[in-house]
Amino acid sequence: MNPLETYIGPLKLKNPGMAASGIMDETGDSMVRMLNSGAGAVVTKSIGSVKRSGHMNPSFIELPYGYVNAMGLPGPGINGFKEEMETATKAGMIIGSIFASSAAEFAELAKKMEIYGASAVELNLSCPHAEGYGMEVGTDADIVHKIVSEVKDSVRIPVFAKLTPNTHILTKIGKTVQEAGGDAVVAINTLKAMVISPEFARPVLSNRFGGLSGPAIKPVGVRAVYDLYRELDIPLIGVGGICSWSDAAEYIMAGASAFQVGSAVVSDINIFEQINNGLTRFMKEFGYSSIKKMAGAAHE
Amino acid sequence: MSDVVRIISYRTESKDTKTFEFVWNKNVRTGQFVMIWIPGIDEIPMSVSSTKDVKSITVKAIGEATAAIHKLKEGDIMGIRGPYGNGFSINENERLLVVGGGVGVAAVMPAVRETGADMIIGAKSKDEIIMEQEARRHSKNVWVSTDDGTHGFKGNAVQLMKERITEKEYDMIIACGPEIMLYHIHKACDELNIKYQLSLERYMKCGIGLCGSCVMDGMRVCADGPVFRNEQIPMLKEFGRSKRDPSGIKIDL
Repeated sequence: MNPLETYIGPLKLKNPGMAASGIMDETGDSMVRMLNSGAGAVVTKSIGSVKRSGHMNPSFIELPYGYVNAMGLPGPGINGFKEEMETATKAGMIIGSIFASSAAEFAELAKKMEIYGASAVELNLSCPHAEGYGMEVGTDADIVHKIVSEVKDSVRIPVFAKLTPNTHILTKIGKTVQEAGGDAVVAINTLKAMVISPEFARPVLSNRFGGLSGPAIKPVGVRAVYDLYRELDIPLIGVGGICSWSDAAEYIMAGASAFQVGSAVVSDINIFEQINNGLTRFMKEFGYSSIKKMAGAAHE
Repeated sequence: MSDVVRIISYRTESKDTKTFEFVWNKNVRTGQFVMIWIPGIDEIPMSVSSTKDVKSITVKAIGEATAAIHKLKEGDIMGIRGPYGNGFSINENERLLVVGGGVGVAAVMPAVRETGADMIIGAKSKDEIIMEQEARRHSKNVWVSTDDGTHGFKGNAVQLMKERITEKEYDMIIACGPEIMLYHIHKACDELNIKYQLSLERYMKCGIGLCGSCVMDGMRVCADGPVFRNEQIPMLKEFGRSKRDPSGIKIDL
């Protein structure tokens, strides 16, 4: 048996690593490339109802320990994404990430993603740099409940909710997702952040603030998954700063059944293969016969 | 990593193109690019036109950001990050022909400075030719084409190149310029079985291979390119045909 095989509710993945939303996933061909590089699934760029160009550049900053971005949810809009999905879904498992400002709009987008062949939808309740979207709807338990239940009523495919760490009520929001029928919680999105240029005496990003990703946020993500695991029964998907198999192992031991990789794709686009190989070796050496047996091991 | 550099000098190259020199403590290979930040306006990718200790960018005023760069003077500062991308791979044992079209001449000029290789400079008209005198200082054979025949060969750079490569043998052609020019270089060289490297351009956001804004058929122009070789180019179905706008929608070229 393949030890890396994992389940997220009814969804079976041949390995637990997915390409996170926002990474090489705006076009069909780039998602195919990520699948071919060993990702168990690819999460699409977050798609909204209409076309958006996103924020003006600079929308991205490199730091020694990660990246700060404020892309601002650029995308072709759900209708313009159909062709890309056709290309991508032929190559493997695609999870459709969507963003909206109301439950009804989320439900409409989810229905289209299901028609396009998505294996699941991931609700973006966590983007920190788009006014009226993301964490602005994802930090209010009542709104989250309404969104998740309405999407659940609209589609048959599993519904994941991607949550923000930029709140003190993360576990409460997680429980709300579970109560509303959500199939899994994805944690975490980027941490709200700012970089200032001393020479120009102004924030570098055109949007002023953005979201920090990369190695700097891994301990925050691991803690978030650990907290959620103690309170929730539904599967967790860990994301934030994973660069190696040992980072992935931390998230799994905190309680994740699967994980997502984003920023680390920069240094190596074939990172999934490396992580898969490393995890397999580790599991064999330390006697974990499956991801299921390893998930949450740090709690015991 | 983001830096701030101070412009130490600038010069006018043609009616709409200027070169800005600055000291930047980074190693840059020919064909790599940087992201230039003009606060309050934009951040844009720019080829590096001089790669020694004193570096330069050569900017054609075509939009808001490039117009803002044109207003900079000695002592002014700009934001810069990079260098990014692969750059050209230059082999001293190969007989090299360098082709530059329009402001694309600037991106390949370091190769002529380094190797003294033969060069073709193409422009629409005489007043749009850049760096001809500099090219002649480094290379014995510099040929110029203008679409309207106001200087040198009357016709485009690819027509001139086809003439030259039947008269003299080359192992490798490196080129930067308008996509239509690059597309026809690819067609001509594939037919004649000459190796080539082309520097491509797409709308970019991150510049480092993460966001996917600049992809062509899944290849990232910023990180897998911007220079693509003869064995890669035929696999790029979008090359010469379509590009993507900032929202990711495909637009025909």
